[in-house]
Amino acid sequence: MTHTNNSPAVGDRVVHKQFLPISRHRLALYCGASGDHNPIHVDIDFAKASGFPDVFSHGMLVMGYLGQALSDAFPPDRIRAFSTRFAAITQVGAELTCEGTVAELFEVGGERRARLALTTKDQHGETKLAGEAVVAL
Amino acid sequence: MVDQSAVGHRFTPVTAHVEPGRLRYFLDTLGDGNPVYRDAAAAKADGYAGVPVPPTYLFCLEMLDNQKPFEFLTALDIDLGRVLHGEQSFVYHAPVVVGDTLTFSPRVVSVVDKKGGAMTLIVVETAVTNQDGVHVADTARTIVVRNGSPS
Repeated sequence: MTHTNNSPAVGDRVVHKQFLPISRHRLALYCGASGDHNPIHVDIDFAKASGFPDVFSHGMLVMGYLGQALSDAFPPDRIRAFSTRFAAITQVGAELTCEGTVAELFEVGGERRARLALTTKDQHGETKLAGEAVVAL
Repeated sequence: MVDQSAVGHRFTPVTAHVEPGRLRYFLDTLGDGNPVYRDAAAAKADGYAGVPVPPTYLFCLEMLDNQKPFEFLTALDIDLGRVLHGEQSFVYHAPVVVGDTLTFSPRVVSVVDKKGGAMTLIVVETAVTNQDGVHVADTARTIVVRNGSPS
Protein backbone atom coordinates (compact mmCIF):
# COMPACT_ATOMS: atom_id res chain seq x y z
CA MET A 1 0.00 0.00 0.00
CA THR A 2 1.19 3.48 -0.77
CA HIS A 3 -0.11 6.44 1.17
CA THR A 4 -1.37 7.98 -2.07
CA ASN A 5 -4.16 5.41 -1.88
CA ASN A 6 -5.53 7.34 1.10
CA SER A 7 -6.56 10.27 -1.06
CA PRO A 8 -6.96 9.19 -4.67
CA ALA A 9 -8.85 11.19 -7.28
CA VAL A 10 -11.52 9.93 -9.66
CA GLY A 11 -9.75 8.43 -12.67
CA ASP A 12 -6.58 7.48 -10.80
CA ARG A 13 -5.24 4.03 -11.58
CA VAL A 14 -4.76 2.57 -8.10
CA VAL A 15 -4.61 -1.16 -8.91
CA HIS A 16 -2.19 -2.69 -11.39
CA LYS A 17 -0.57 -6.11 -11.40
CA GLN A 18 0.59 -8.57 -14.03
CA PHE A 19 0.71 -12.33 -13.58
CA LEU A 20 2.61 -15.22 -15.11
CA PRO A 21 0.86 -17.34 -17.78
CA ILE A 22 -1.72 -19.76 -16.36
CA SER A 23 -0.37 -23.30 -16.72
CA ARG A 24 -2.24 -26.59 -16.56
CA HIS A 25 -0.33 -27.28 -13.37
CA ARG A 26 -1.73 -24.06 -11.88
CA LEU A 27 -5.27 -25.22 -12.68
CA ALA A 28 -4.61 -28.54 -10.94
CA LEU A 29 -3.21 -26.75 -7.89
CA TYR A 30 -6.22 -24.43 -7.81
CA CYS A 31 -8.59 -27.41 -7.72
CA GLY A 32 -6.98 -28.43 -4.46
CA ALA A 33 -6.58 -24.90 -3.13
CA SER A 34 -10.22 -23.98 -3.73
CA GLY A 35 -12.05 -27.26 -3.25
CA ASP A 36 -13.57 -26.74 -6.71
CA HIS A 37 -12.87 -30.10 -8.34
CA ASN A 38 -14.97 -29.59 -11.46
CA PRO A 39 -13.06 -31.76 -13.99
CA ILE A 40 -13.73 -29.24 -16.76
CA HIS A 41 -10.65 -27.34 -15.50
CA VAL A 42 -8.17 -30.24 -15.58
CA ASP A 43 -9.54 -33.17 -17.59
CA ILE A 44 -9.34 -32.51 -21.33
CA ASP A 45 -11.55 -35.54 -22.12
CA PHE A 46 -14.28 -34.18 -19.88
CA ALA A 47 -13.88 -30.68 -21.36
CA LYS A 48 -14.21 -32.01 -24.91
CA ALA A 49 -17.23 -34.13 -24.01
CA SER A 50 -18.78 -30.92 -22.64
CA GLY A 51 -18.25 -29.11 -25.97
CA PHE A 52 -15.03 -27.19 -25.20
CA PRO A 53 -11.77 -27.52 -27.17
CA ASP A 54 -9.62 -27.67 -24.04
CA VAL A 55 -9.71 -27.23 -20.29
CA PHE A 56 -9.97 -23.63 -19.10
CA SER A 57 -9.39 -21.65 -15.95
CA HIS A 58 -11.66 -21.54 -12.97
CA GLY A 59 -13.31 -18.12 -12.97
CA MET A 60 -12.44 -17.92 -9.30
CA LEU A 61 -8.73 -18.37 -10.01
CA VAL A 62 -8.91 -15.32 -12.26
CA MET A 63 -10.91 -13.44 -9.61
CA GLY A 64 -8.32 -14.60 -7.07
CA TYR A 65 -5.61 -12.87 -9.09
CA LEU A 66 -7.73 -9.72 -9.27
CA GLY A 67 -8.29 -9.95 -5.52
CA GLN A 68 -4.54 -10.21 -5.01
CA ALA A 69 -3.96 -7.08 -7.13
CA LEU A 70 -6.69 -5.33 -5.11
CA SER A 71 -5.35 -6.29 -1.69
CA ASP A 72 -1.79 -5.36 -2.71
CA ALA A 73 -3.18 -1.83 -3.08
CA PHE A 74 -5.76 -1.79 -0.27
CA PRO A 75 -5.38 -3.92 2.88
CA PRO A 76 -8.08 -6.60 3.25
CA ASP A 77 -9.71 -4.90 6.24
CA ARG A 78 -10.45 -1.88 4.05
CA ILE A 79 -12.21 -3.84 1.31
CA ARG A 80 -15.96 -3.49 1.84
CA ALA A 81 -17.26 -5.23 -1.29
CA PHE A 82 -15.84 -6.97 -4.34
CA SER A 83 -17.77 -8.28 -7.34
CA THR A 84 -17.04 -9.43 -10.86
CA ARG A 85 -18.75 -10.59 -14.00
CA PHE A 86 -16.95 -13.38 -15.85
CA ALA A 87 -16.97 -11.88 -19.34
CA ALA A 88 -15.07 -14.58 -21.22
CA ILE A 89 -13.46 -17.96 -20.67
CA THR A 90 -9.79 -17.72 -19.65
CA GLN A 91 -7.67 -20.16 -21.63
CA VAL A 92 -4.56 -22.08 -20.60
CA GLY A 93 -1.55 -19.83 -21.21
CA ALA A 94 -3.42 -16.59 -20.53
CA GLU A 95 -1.15 -13.82 -19.24
CA LEU A 96 -3.40 -11.70 -17.07
CA THR A 97 -3.15 -8.04 -16.22
CA CYS A 98 -5.40 -6.68 -13.47
CA GLU A 99 -6.21 -2.99 -13.25
CA GLY A 100 -8.43 -0.75 -11.19
CA THR A 101 -9.29 2.92 -11.43
CA VAL A 102 -11.26 5.15 -9.08
CA ALA A 103 -14.79 5.53 -10.46
CA GLU A 104 -16.41 7.38 -7.55
CA LEU A 105 -15.59 8.88 -4.17
CA PHE A 106 -18.31 8.91 -1.51
CA GLU A 107 -18.96 8.65 2.20
CA VAL A 108 -21.00 6.19 4.26
CA GLY A 109 -21.53 6.73 7.99
CA GLY A 110 -18.56 9.07 8.15
CA GLU A 111 -16.27 6.63 6.34
CA ARG A 112 -14.64 7.89 3.14
CA ARG A 113 -14.89 5.28 0.43
CA ALA A 114 -13.89 4.77 -3.18
CA ARG A 115 -15.65 2.70 -5.78
CA LEU A 116 -13.10 1.10 -8.09
CA ALA A 117 -13.75 -0.09 -11.63
CA LEU A 118 -11.76 -3.29 -12.11
CA THR A 119 -10.73 -5.29 -15.16
CA THR A 120 -8.69 -8.37 -15.88
CA LYS A 121 -7.44 -8.71 -19.47
CA ASP A 122 -5.29 -11.30 -21.20
CA GLN A 123 -2.24 -10.64 -23.39
CA HIS A 124 -4.52 -10.00 -26.39
CA GLY A 125 -6.41 -7.30 -24.53
CA GLU A 126 -9.54 -9.41 -24.19
CA THR A 127 -11.51 -8.62 -21.03
CA LYS A 128 -11.91 -11.73 -18.90
CA LEU A 129 -13.37 -10.13 -15.79
CA ALA A 130 -15.10 -6.82 -15.30
CA GLY A 131 -15.92 -5.86 -11.78
CA GLU A 132 -15.85 -3.35 -9.01
CA ALA A 133 -14.79 -2.98 -5.43
CA VAL A 134 -15.65 -0.58 -2.65
CA VAL A 135 -12.75 0.29 -0.37
CA ALA A 136 -12.45 2.47 2.72
CA LEU A 137 -9.86 5.22 2.35
CA MET B 1 -34.33 -27.25 -17.35
CA VAL B 2 -34.26 -25.53 -13.99
CA ASP B 3 -37.56 -23.83 -13.28
CA GLN B 4 -38.92 -21.26 -10.87
CA SER B 5 -39.71 -23.93 -8.29
CA ALA B 6 -36.01 -23.86 -7.39
CA VAL B 7 -36.30 -20.28 -6.06
CA GLY B 8 -36.13 -20.31 -2.29
CA HIS B 9 -34.39 -23.70 -2.22
CA ARG B 10 -31.92 -23.83 0.68
CA PHE B 11 -28.89 -26.06 0.57
CA THR B 12 -27.32 -27.80 3.54
CA PRO B 13 -25.38 -25.23 5.59
CA VAL B 14 -21.60 -25.72 5.46
CA THR B 15 -19.34 -25.38 8.50
CA ALA B 16 -15.81 -24.36 7.48
CA HIS B 17 -12.63 -23.88 9.48
CA VAL B 18 -10.15 -21.18 8.49
CA GLU B 19 -6.91 -23.17 8.66
CA PRO B 20 -3.47 -21.59 8.14
CA GLY B 21 -2.01 -24.49 6.10
CA ARG B 22 -4.78 -24.52 3.53
CA LEU B 23 -4.66 -20.73 3.33
CA ARG B 24 -0.91 -20.92 2.67
CA TYR B 25 -1.53 -23.44 -0.15
CA PHE B 26 -4.06 -21.04 -1.69
CA LEU B 27 -1.55 -18.17 -1.46
CA ASP B 28 1.22 -20.30 -2.98
CA THR B 29 -1.08 -21.37 -5.81
CA LEU B 30 -1.75 -17.71 -6.66
CA GLY B 31 1.81 -16.59 -5.96
CA ASP B 32 0.55 -14.16 -3.32
CA GLY B 33 3.48 -13.08 -1.12
CA ASN B 34 1.59 -10.50 0.97
CA PRO B 35 2.93 -11.06 4.53
CA VAL B 36 -0.34 -10.03 6.19
CA TYR B 37 -1.87 -13.37 5.07
CA ARG B 38 1.09 -15.48 6.20
CA ASP B 39 2.54 -14.00 9.36
CA ALA B 40 0.48 -13.64 12.54
CA ALA B 41 2.95 -11.13 13.96
CA ALA B 42 2.78 -8.98 10.81
CA ALA B 43 -1.02 -9.12 10.88
CA LYS B 44 -1.16 -8.12 14.55
CA ALA B 45 1.32 -5.30 13.93
CA ASP B 46 -1.08 -4.03 11.26
CA GLY B 47 -3.94 -4.04 13.75
CA TYR B 48 -5.64 -7.32 12.83
CA ALA B 49 -7.06 -9.63 15.51
CA GLY B 50 -5.52 -12.52 13.56
CA VAL B 51 -4.35 -13.43 10.07
CA PRO B 52 -7.02 -12.14 7.65
CA VAL B 53 -8.16 -14.02 4.54
CA PRO B 54 -7.85 -12.80 0.93
CA PRO B 55 -10.93 -11.25 -0.73
CA THR B 56 -12.09 -14.35 -2.64
CA TYR B 57 -11.16 -16.97 -0.06
CA LEU B 58 -14.67 -17.25 1.39
CA PHE B 59 -15.69 -18.95 -1.85
CA CYS B 60 -12.99 -21.58 -1.33
CA LEU B 61 -13.90 -22.17 2.29
CA GLU B 62 -17.48 -22.90 1.30
CA MET B 63 -16.26 -25.53 -1.19
CA LEU B 64 -13.36 -27.01 0.84
CA ASP B 65 -15.37 -28.09 3.86
CA ASN B 66 -18.53 -28.96 1.96
CA GLN B 67 -19.47 -32.62 2.31
CA LYS B 68 -21.36 -32.31 -1.00
CA PRO B 69 -19.67 -29.47 -2.94
CA PHE B 70 -21.84 -29.94 -6.02
CA GLU B 71 -25.08 -30.38 -4.07
CA PHE B 72 -26.56 -27.39 -5.86
CA LEU B 73 -26.14 -29.22 -9.16
CA THR B 74 -27.50 -32.58 -8.09
CA ALA B 75 -30.37 -30.97 -6.16
CA LEU B 76 -31.39 -29.04 -9.27
CA ASP B 77 -30.56 -31.94 -11.66
CA ILE B 78 -27.88 -30.00 -13.58
CA ASP B 79 -25.04 -31.73 -15.42
CA LEU B 80 -21.63 -30.48 -14.18
CA GLY B 81 -20.30 -30.10 -17.74
CA ARG B 82 -23.02 -27.59 -18.57
CA VAL B 83 -22.33 -24.95 -15.96
CA LEU B 84 -20.23 -21.83 -16.11
CA HIS B 85 -19.61 -19.23 -13.44
CA GLY B 86 -21.30 -16.03 -14.59
CA GLU B 87 -20.83 -13.55 -11.76
CA GLN B 88 -19.53 -13.51 -8.20
CA SER B 89 -19.86 -10.94 -5.44
CA PHE B 90 -18.73 -10.53 -1.86
CA VAL B 91 -19.90 -8.00 0.71
CA TYR B 92 -17.72 -7.94 3.82
CA HIS B 93 -19.40 -6.93 7.11
CA ALA B 94 -16.84 -8.00 9.74
CA PRO B 95 -13.32 -9.46 9.84
CA VAL B 96 -12.62 -13.14 9.14
CA VAL B 97 -9.33 -14.45 10.52
CA VAL B 98 -7.44 -17.74 10.72
CA GLY B 99 -8.92 -19.83 13.50
CA ASP B 100 -12.50 -18.79 12.82
CA THR B 101 -15.24 -21.34 12.20
CA LEU B 102 -17.71 -20.10 9.63
CA THR B 103 -21.19 -21.24 8.70
CA PHE B 104 -22.32 -20.78 5.10
CA SER B 105 -26.07 -20.83 4.42
CA PRO B 106 -26.78 -20.83 0.67
CA ARG B 107 -30.17 -20.38 -0.98
CA VAL B 108 -31.44 -19.94 -4.54
CA VAL B 109 -32.78 -16.40 -4.99
CA SER B 110 -33.53 -16.28 -8.73
CA VAL B 111 -33.84 -18.40 -11.85
CA VAL B 112 -33.99 -16.58 -15.19
CA ASP B 113 -34.00 -18.04 -18.71
CA LYS B 114 -31.95 -16.20 -21.35
CA LYS B 115 -31.62 -16.39 -25.12
CA GLY B 116 -34.93 -18.15 -25.64
CA GLY B 117 -34.09 -20.80 -23.06
CA ALA B 118 -30.63 -21.60 -24.44
CA MET B 119 -29.27 -20.73 -21.03
CA THR B 120 -30.56 -20.35 -17.51
CA LEU B 121 -29.03 -18.02 -14.92
CA ILE B 122 -29.32 -19.20 -11.32
CA VAL B 123 -28.37 -16.85 -8.50
CA VAL B 124 -27.36 -18.40 -5.18
CA GLU B 125 -26.84 -16.09 -2.20
CA THR B 126 -24.95 -17.25 0.86
CA ALA B 127 -24.99 -15.63 4.29
CA VAL B 128 -21.79 -16.23 6.27
CA THR B 129 -21.63 -16.14 10.07
CA ASN B 130 -18.77 -16.86 12.44
CA GLN B 131 -18.49 -18.91 15.65
CA ASP B 132 -19.85 -15.99 17.68
CA GLY B 133 -22.92 -15.62 15.48
CA VAL B 134 -21.56 -12.47 13.84
CA HIS B 135 -22.81 -11.99 10.29
CA VAL B 136 -19.40 -11.53 8.62
CA ALA B 137 -20.26 -11.55 4.90
CA ASP B 138 -22.75 -12.15 2.13
CA THR B 139 -21.70 -13.79 -1.09
CA ALA B 140 -23.62 -14.30 -4.33
CA ARG B 141 -22.82 -16.43 -7.33
CA THR B 142 -24.54 -16.54 -10.68
CA ILE B 143 -24.41 -19.95 -12.32
CA VAL B 144 -24.92 -20.13 -16.07
CA VAL B 145 -26.49 -23.38 -17.24
CA ARG B 146 -26.05 -24.13 -20.95
CA ASN B 147 -29.24 -25.90 -21.94
CA GLY B 148 -28.27 -26.78 -25.51
CA SER B 149 -28.01 -30.41 -26.55
CA PRO B 150 -24.52 -31.90 -26.28
CA SER B 151 -22.79 -32.21 -29.64
